[in-house]
Amino acid sequence: MGRRLRAFLAFLYDFVIGDDWRIAAGVVVGLALTYAVGRAGVPAWWLLPVLLAVLLPASLWLAVRRR
Amino acid sequence: MGAGALFVAVFLACAVEAVEATTIVLAAGTARDWRSATTGLVAALAVLVIAVAALGPAVSALPLRELRLVVGALLLIFGLQWLRKAILRASGHKALHDEDAIYRRQFGAAQAAPARRFGSVPDWYGFTLSFKGVLLEGLEVVFIALTFGGNAHDIPLAGLAAVCAVLVVAAVGVAVRAPLARVPENTLKFVVGIMLTAFGVFWGAEGAGAHWPGSDAALLALVPVIAGFALGLTGLLRRIESGQPAGARLAADRRPVAEADTQGQH
Repeated sequence: MGRRLRAFLAFLYDFVIGDDWRIAAGVVVGLALTYAVGRAGVPAWWLLPVLLAVLLPASLWLAVRRR
Repeated sequence: MGAGALFVAVFLACAVEAVEATTIVLAAGTARDWRSATTGLVAALAVLVIAVAALGPAVSALPLRELRLVVGALLLIFGLQWLRKAILRASGHKALHDEDAIYRRQFGAAQAAPARRFGSVPDWYGFTLSFKGVLLEGLEVVFIALTFGGNAHDIPLAGLAAVCAVLVVAAVGVAVRAPLARVPENTLKFVVGIMLTAFGVFWGAEGAGAHWPGSDAALLALVPVIAGFALGLTGLLRRIESGQPAGARLAADRRPVAEADTQGQH
């Protein structure tokens, strides 16, 4: 049972998080920031595109450097 | 979101998953036993139908804002992972996804395993291989159809697009009885990565309470901007790759596909 649970959790991690956990973490932080900025009454639609412009090149750069 | 955009996004994303499932079923059927592979395929489809029947109404009943937040987050994570891998492949920093090589690997492993009968299934290995492949890729098809359809308030159209994608790919697979190596899978994944990312940014921000200028029309700007950005990054990484010594490039090219493609859904 323990082995099956571990295998399922590993599948879930692979399915959702994937190769670079920083992307998932960055998305969660970005959504939290969008919520917080929006609650403060400031337009927040631009936050995720900016996050994308930072997160994707950073993740690619790390992947290329690891080679 | 227009009905056409919903149909195209779901169709393309589901077609990529269907190509991978078809490759596995073909390997199981050719290397082992067609009856067992087909039984595995039908069993997996039955489980998927039950999953859709259970999850479909649940997704429809969820409040739209919360649904968009969760789905937007997941789509953005998936989209960025797809795009990351597609850019690395297109720029030569990762081995290309090769259905031929995957088919050969699955075929070799399937041939080496001993045959074992289980109930009315003549070959349990062929059944399991086919069942697991169709179930895992099928769950992704279900996820894509339900989340896109739920967000766009049109689950029937998203479902129709998913079924069309699966039928088209399956028909081609049955017709050629060979791995679908001619499908430009890497290009498809690049396009799907862009679409998943664009929809993820759009729905994620809306779910977190942001309002897009121009409302749904913002998607029409997001898709080309993300595509241009991804192509720019690909060009940049290509220049870096071409500046590397030949030995390093060769070593990277020799990496097996299994190592280069650790994540099933991408």
